[in-house]
Amino acid sequence: MHRIGVFVCWCGSNIAAIVDVKAVAEALGKEPGVVFSMDYQYMCSEGGQGAIRAAIKEHELTGIVVASCSPRMHENTFRKAAAAAGLNPFLVEIANIREQCSWIHRDKTDATEKALILGRAAIAKLMLNTPLQAGESKVVKRALVIGGGIAGLQTALDIADAGFKVDVVERKPTIGGKMAQLDKTFPTLDCAACILTPKMVEAAQHENITLHTYSQVEAVSGFVGNFTATIRKKARYVDEKACTGCGDCMAKCPSKKAKSEFDQGLKNRPAIYIPFAQAIPNVPVIDTTECIKFKTGKCGICQKICQAKAVDYEQQDTVFKESYGAIIVATGFDTMSPDKYGEFHYEEYPDVITSLEFERLCNAAGPTGGHLVRPSDHKEPKKVVFVQCVGSRNGGDCDGKTYCSKICCMYTAKHAMLTREKYPDSEVYVFYIDVRTPGKNFDEFQRRAIEQYDVHYIKGMVGQVEQNGDTLTVQASDLLNDKQIILDADLVVLAMAVQPEEGARAIGTMLTASMDTNDFFTEAHPKLRPVESPTAGIFLSGLCQGPKDIPETVAQAGAAASKAIGLLAKDHLVTNPCVAGSSNSLCNGCSMCENVCPYGAIGYEDQQVVRDGKRVMARQAVVNEAVCQGCGACTVTCPSGAMDLKGFSTRQILAEVDAICR
Amino acid sequence: MSIQDKILARAKELMADGTVTSVLGWKKGETYTDPSPAFFTSVEELERDFIFNHFCGQNLSRLLNGRKAEDGKVLMLCKPCDAFSLNQMLGQHRLERDSVYVLGIPSPTILDADKLRAAGIKGIRGSRFARGGEVVLDTLYGEKRIAGKDAVLEKCLSCKTHKFPVSDEILVKPKGEEHDEPENPYRFAGVEELETMTPDERFAFWQSHLKRCIRCNACRNACPVCACVKCVFDNPGSEVAGKSNIDAFDDKLFHVIRAFHVAGRCTDCGECSRACPEGIPLHLLNRKFIKDINRIYGPFQAGASDDGVSPLTEYNTEDMEPGEAILKGSGS
Repeated sequence: MHRIGVFVCWCGSNIAAIVDVKAVAEALGKEPGVVFSMDYQYMCSEGGQGAIRAAIKEHELTGIVVASCSPRMHENTFRKAAAAAGLNPFLVEIANIREQCSWIHRDKTDATEKALILGRAAIAKLMLNTPLQAGESKVVKRALVIGGGIAGLQTALDIADAGFKVDVVERKPTIGGKMAQLDKTFPTLDCAACILTPKMVEAAQHENITLHTYSQVEAVSGFVGNFTATIRKKARYVDEKACTGCGDCMAKCPSKKAKSEFDQGLKNRPAIYIPFAQAIPNVPVIDTTECIKFKTGKCGICQKICQAKAVDYEQQDTVFKESYGAIIVATGFDTMSPDKYGEFHYEEYPDVITSLEFERLCNAAGPTGGHLVRPSDHKEPKKVVFVQCVGSRNGGDCDGKTYCSKICCMYTAKHAMLTREKYPDSEVYVFYIDVRTPGKNFDEFQRRAIEQYDVHYIKGMVGQVEQNGDTLTVQASDLLNDKQIILDADLVVLAMAVQPEEGARAIGTMLTASMDTNDFFTEAHPKLRPVESPTAGIFLSGLCQGPKDIPETVAQAGAAASKAIGLLAKDHLVTNPCVAGSSNSLCNGCSMCENVCPYGAIGYEDQQVVRDGKRVMARQAVVNEAVCQGCGACTVTCPSGAMDLKGFSTRQILAEVDAICR
Repeated sequence: MSIQDKILARAKELMADGTVTSVLGWKKGETYTDPSPAFFTSVEELERDFIFNHFCGQNLSRLLNGRKAEDGKVLMLCKPCDAFSLNQMLGQHRLERDSVYVLGIPSPTILDADKLRAAGIKGIRGSRFARGGEVVLDTLYGEKRIAGKDAVLEKCLSCKTHKFPVSDEILVKPKGEEHDEPENPYRFAGVEELETMTPDERFAFWQSHLKRCIRCNACRNACPVCACVKCVFDNPGSEVAGKSNIDAFDDKLFHVIRAFHVAGRCTDCGECSRACPEGIPLHLLNRKFIKDINRIYGPFQAGASDDGVSPLTEYNTEDMEPGEAILKGSGS
């Protein structure tokens, strides 16, 4: 015999202004099986919860329906209230009459009717609920950080300082990421390497941190608290333990035609190389596409001269598996290629460069030793044009990004000032759509460029850049003065839009972590859970989540670390009892559920079943309840309906549909 | 030596040498046009009853559902289209590979007894294809001739291949095995016609056909993949049937649900339409799914491999986003 209680929440005026909550409570109170109903201003308040507890006891309720906000908000609150009154928390159903009703309707009659229908559907489902018991799963006290840039390193350091083991997996041969390539950092103009390299060294020396450079995460299985990652450590062809980092091999390598990735292709590097002087580990890697030994079989100079006998052409990739309680994504960013914007002729004109190339040209360890010169003829540029928002705020038909890259206004101001500082007789122009400089000391910084450094800021976009002899002719619009202008320039610098690192989508898929249309990782909640992915146990650090500068990245990295520490500090997690289960009398043994399960939670074994009145052995699906996350993919794939989800059984869902269509 | 004799000779050999303990093929019916599937357990039975003619259309794969190696090895006489079904069943572990010896036999091009009857051809005693694709029928009333397209079974008109995705032995090597077969333009013509209709016209089309459905379950019982241990329609607990009893058409949703259930697994063997006593073109439902899957996820043939993977139950990073798929999936 059902004794159901219905509790209709006003949510202040959020619901009550558009839904006649009293009418809903009254009508639902008359539904078969319902013995009690009430409405209340804030069901989630202590008073509301108290009313629920009291009603459960007084009316001996066998289940409750709370018509309120989304279950994502307060399902847990009401489950706990029910449990406190001795009712199994899984005998609580939520009818979402806020997000799915009052917020999206304007007509009170319609909204009230819909709230009533949603309430009936919840009652219909509740009639078929069964008490469920949550289990426990162990937490592996080790974190995996994917990406070894400033975001990943900061997260790793914070977690490691809290006493947990951390593995950092970096795709490139060294840690350091994009920040290592930068020259000065805004708004204080301290050198990037000076503040980054101590962190790199600290990470390398930390007893709780293991760095896996030149490595990639190939697969991830498992679930929050107990992930298993497969990591491929690519062959460097140099023994990391034996190598002393003396650099003799690099000096003697006869292949020197490869473009240095670290120097944005502005300088060549040998086939065996260390990306930059402070690289960690300070161990070279052989680029097999450039190495003469690998290409022709002849050479082997590096191996001959290596006194540490570290060069090993036979080295193989190693693949290993490790378990982790938490995974932090810190895959960072890349800049968009200027290829799409033909008006700048980036591919053809060597003196049209990107901002990241500009950073390298300014950097003392860069291709020119910090001497800012034009790539074409190594002359000092006297007239420099900076173009902001190339690819940013440029979606739709323009093939660019709809979003603002956020950092370009500030670094362009920095570049402009650096140019003026280096060459006081230079003329510097910045073309912008808007100047956006919110941030501590940011606007002051940009004003300094205009007021103290006499940088010419022109609102408008550059339409065309043409090579004219040894100068570039820049055709642009000046929107404030409403005129077309033509400028001669020695150097044109494009502030390219930032975008997620190329491999981010694959990582997102591997982790079943959701991403937006731009391939930025999505937060669990844009305001309240900004560093957590909706996938439990996955945290987001740095630019992989959206454009941000270094201070924000470091702050977010710390936040992601603290969330991961909060998880790792627990010994056990309460598991979701709403897991799948297969019925022996219906299972075909077809493996479709196994193929579709994203968590690898389903296996098959021969079991004794009854078929046509006879006991026979048959191939049967078996769910590992500790691994199942209750996503339900198997239940909709199963052709015979053998697979069902506890708490969300097919019968329950259809009962809801029936109630809605009644 | 006729194909029938070749098959018979090889089947007898395989039985005699102990490779197989039984043979799954066709036995003579009351008339020339109604052979029926049969398990033969002795050489004598084979010699007495075995037949292989233009009316041996039934896909035998389904009859092996649930077969295990311990049941003994059966020789399956397997036409190319049936081999796709068998392979699909193998991928879904519906029978054990060791329980069957697959003898690939050439498809004789199946004739449609209903079409012939409708064309007024009765008393058929023999059949052959003349040059040019014309069908020559030996009847009690003399020799009759009819154009191929008017006599051939739907599933053979929309033939997809003569190659075998699975076999232990192929009796007659199919012609042009090394070459890629050209796409059969007829195969999706019926679906394309439906796609050009308005939703109302399409609904009227299906109502006109499905109203004849007598729910005999012949389509379900003939289908090699619609072969659940217990069908959701036979399981009151599944609550799929009779959701809107006020509407007589609800009953016909059986076919729509069936089409969804086999989507991504249907090999397009055409058994549903062949088995239907009411002549409902059920294959069009399945073929619409196949066409859409091909368009959305790239060419896919269920049963071409035995890995049990279908685009509908697999995700890879090249997959189209759902929104895009909906746009591409609608209409042509």
